Amino acid sequence: MAAFLIRRLIGAVLVCLAVTFIVFIIFILVPGGGKRGTAERIAGKNATPELVTSVEHKWGFDRPIYVQYAKMIQQMFSNKLVSYTSQQNVLSQIVQGMPATFSLTIGAGIIWLSFGILVGVISAVTAGRLSDRVITVLALIGISMPVFWLGIVTRYYLAEGGVTTLFPDGEYVGILSNPLQWFWHLLLPWLVLAVLFIGFYGRVLRGNILDAINEDYVRTAKAKGLNPRRIMIKHVLRTSLIPIVTLFGLDFAGVLGGGAILTETVFDLHGVGQYAAQSINNFDLPPIMGVTMYGAFFIVVFSVLVDLFYAYLDPRIRPT
Amino acid sequence: MAQPATESQFTLDTAAELAAEEHGTQIRGRSPWYLAWRRLRRNKVALAFLVLFFLVLAACLLAPVYADHVAHTGQNTPHVLDTVDVNGQQVSVVSNGGFLNVHTGKSCETTGNTADCKLFSAIPIAPQWFNANGKFVLGADSIGRDVAVRLLYGGRVSLQVGIISSAICVVLAVILALLAGYFGGWIDFIITRFFDLFYAFPVVLLGIALGAALAINGVHWNLGLFKLNVNGGSIWIPTAVISYVLIPYVGRPLRGQVLSLREKEFIEAAIAQGASPLRIMFSELLPNVMSSVLVFFTLIIANNIVLEAALSFLGAGVQPPTPSWGTLISDGQDLIVTRPWLSLAPGIAIVLTVLSLNVFGDGLRDALDPRAKVRVEH
Amino acid sequence: MAERLLDVEGLSVQFATEDGLVRAVDGVSFELERGQVLGIVGESGSGKSVTAMTIMGLTRGVNARFEGSVHYQGKDLLQISDTEMQDYRGNEIGMIFQDPMTSLNPVYRVGEQIVEAIQAHEDVDKRSARRRSVELLRQVGIPNPETRVDDFPHQFSGGMRQRAMIAMALSCNPAILIADEPTTALDVTIQAQIVELIGRLKDDFNSAVIMITHDLGVVADIADEILVMYAGRVVERASTRDLFYDPQMPYTWGLLGSIPRLDRPRPERLYSIEGAPPSLINMPKGCKFRPRCPHAFDKCMEEPRLEQRVEAAGHLDRCWLDVEYKRAHRDAMISGESTEAA
Repeated sequence: MAAFLIRRLIGAVLVCLAVTFIVFIIFILVPGGGKRGTAERIAGKNATPELVTSVEHKWGFDRPIYVQYAKMIQQMFSNKLVSYTSQQNVLSQIVQGMPATFSLTIGAGIIWLSFGILVGVISAVTAGRLSDRVITVLALIGISMPVFWLGIVTRYYLAEGGVTTLFPDGEYVGILSNPLQWFWHLLLPWLVLAVLFIGFYGRVLRGNILDAINEDYVRTAKAKGLNPRRIMIKHVLRTSLIPIVTLFGLDFAGVLGGGAILTETVFDLHGVGQYAAQSINNFDLPPIMGVTMYGAFFIVVFSVLVDLFYAYLDPRIRPT
Repeated sequence: MAQPATESQFTLDTAAELAAEEHGTQIRGRSPWYLAWRRLRRNKVALAFLVLFFLVLAACLLAPVYADHVAHTGQNTPHVLDTVDVNGQQVSVVSNGGFLNVHTGKSCETTGNTADCKLFSAIPIAPQWFNANGKFVLGADSIGRDVAVRLLYGGRVSLQVGIISSAICVVLAVILALLAGYFGGWIDFIITRFFDLFYAFPVVLLGIALGAALAINGVHWNLGLFKLNVNGGSIWIPTAVISYVLIPYVGRPLRGQVLSLREKEFIEAAIAQGASPLRIMFSELLPNVMSSVLVFFTLIIANNIVLEAALSFLGAGVQPPTPSWGTLISDGQDLIVTRPWLSLAPGIAIVLTVLSLNVFGDGLRDALDPRAKVRVEH
Repeated sequence: MAERLLDVEGLSVQFATEDGLVRAVDGVSFELERGQVLGIVGESGSGKSVTAMTIMGLTRGVNARFEGSVHYQGKDLLQISDTEMQDYRGNEIGMIFQDPMTSLNPVYRVGEQIVEAIQAHEDVDKRSARRRSVELLRQVGIPNPETRVDDFPHQFSGGMRQRAMIAMALSCNPAILIADEPTTALDVTIQAQIVELIGRLKDDFNSAVIMITHDLGVVADIADEILVMYAGRVVERASTRDLFYDPQMPYTWGLLGSIPRLDRPRPERLYSIEGAPPSLINMPKGCKFRPRCPHAFDKCMEEPRLEQRVEAAGHLDRCWLDVEYKRAHRDAMISGESTEAA
């Protein structure tokens, strides 16, 4: 077990470094980025070539790539990482965005996991009948709607400034300052984000359950004389839910790490994802690096947790 | 009274012939493809949605026909100062605006900004449906372009990007999966690490970044023999960017399948017969994962259409003035209060297209690998 | 006269499929008494497994249709609801299946699964149930049952898994144990052990056994009576001795002839039956075996009834061929020598 954890830890660090390195390289190489482009941007529109060159030198863009990279990593860990465009400390910006992102993720996560499982079970148990077909159609529609479009449409129809004023028009309210408003402001983003996942998880679970029902050990359970409910819960669901757990772990980590860029942007929640989107628009490398590292960290941590949990659920798997 | 065998007219041969003559005394073998096709044929819903998809495809392909003969305008032709004949009356394509109620879209009684009334500068014409002889069926956008025409042309772009990027994605994923699954060892190790890296990767973030960067500047490489000149606005850029995003999502499960197939005896037999790795991968392994590949392909197209819309919406995909469903949604965002159809129409188009692909893909998967015990009528 | 446990009469099972109505079991009848071992032998698709699963009620479904009756101690199991059937499964009738690896749930410990079987029917607490599980594992010959009871199925070998399955099936002292191809997935050496175990347990638990297999060698030792099934029908039924020494059906000869025998001169080739079993949707007219039977003649176009045609009571068959003729020339017919010469 200890060996497994150590190995995964090393792997995690390597992955984080690799990811940030690749992002870094891409930004250097991509036309419009790199030292010239960024220096030009910092220097401003009317800069003379000499000014641009001096900016390059001042910010160290004319140093070799690996030196720049090493310097940026060092800045990252000593909390000196500063945005090119806004001169603000990257870490503090990320920390500012975290409450919104965390609130969005946890709330949506609870909703999509519970409803996804519910939908999947109902659909599988009544397979072939009307309720199954209706659920399948709704789930498929849910998967087919682009999240940002759904966000725009719900804002138009349901939020202030639109047809009805049921909900507030985006923005995030801290849970400590006003719990009710916090909830109210997040409800629409939660539902919009969850719709996609509910549809997907429901269908995956439905498939897993239908597969499990045909397994030999379910036949044995029936032959032992167990009642259908016990068979479903203790034998069928136990194995069907395992892949769902893996999916959820990674999806949750993804959203937590700032992956819900579109939802955050459309609803103006000023979370980490929105910060990332803005930084990309501005070609602002330090925040992009910061957010990338932050996101990779969550994915890696959760991927270890998921592997451990998986090994716990399925005794045939040893953590390797 | 039973006859002894010596006086029997039946020998082994004639018994077999008799069996052949009588229908159904032998169990007839049927290929799994035929069985799957039969199952698919019964799935009316999946087939209906496949037809829907093809209808959308056809409509988009016929965009020029629509533009020339119905709407009489182009995809990028602005009509800011023009008027159009609506039931006999001449109406401005783009009117001057004024103070409108944000909830109803109607003019306000008072002037001046209040909570409910805001100033709108230019208001394009609303959807005319059939009142203007086919012009501006879905209305106009802020510079007077015909939305319906742009919707169809945009569909062409979105579908092209979606389908081609999916084809690239699936082909690459299949190749990687076959290589990793067949050769194993360090090839497998490298390919699996590559897949793993993708999961930790902020691919969407990167896609946005790459898309944005490349869209502005294009790609101009000159490596001696190999030259690549792609303009910034070319739709091949979002195509290339999107195609790599889902490679590991397809590649990983396929690799798993190839791995378990590899252990089966027919592969051992092929190797013993001296078949080359290439032959084994493409003649033995590939046909057996084909059903998964087909299902993945339909679902990936659906996914990539949405991805393209997302990228274009953020400005990192298809660049204006080229229309795509994503850019149209983005264009219509500002006018959503007064002219909701500008954003609603492309969104609905996406939902219909993606839904048809998803329903058909689901039906395809059920046909190729049925599980649910459905009642069979006789 | 031992207690009559099971009375199957005219059992027919049909499945509605995409290709048509499949007649998996057609007019099967037999009885089972306490302490008796009944062997059911046949090829894949002969209907033997469906018969067994139908007794347990495991074939019930939207597309299944049943005729006839299955009387267990007087009650027709085909007529009762699934909820009532749960009281019989495991409790009165236990069943073990072919592949013990997939038949045990891989995520639960072996002991837990046996305890689950016990607690489904008896009101005992976990500790007593667990103690019983350990005893059962000991009885089926698993070494160190106190530690093994907490192992997972993948930690058992194939033979041990099957023993554990048997322990689980017998945990509630059912009157009947149905074993569906229990040895097919196991090594030959383990096969013998499992068969011997079942025979011993039958006496220990005073139960009856239905042993289903395609391998006559497996039932030769243990069965009292054997049913040979083909295309969903019983084509021959006899005591074990009569079946091996005076088989009447050419199909049975095929099954017997394909076994190498030490007490006969070695044939040049092992006899194998030509052709394939008939489609269960479109059956041939007359005797179902006729298209593959080397000795078929014109009368075979009319299906023989299952009747006693020999002296031994209880030996029934479905063959028109003359009994004396068969007895005189059987060896040649079985070993596949030219039938014309006979």
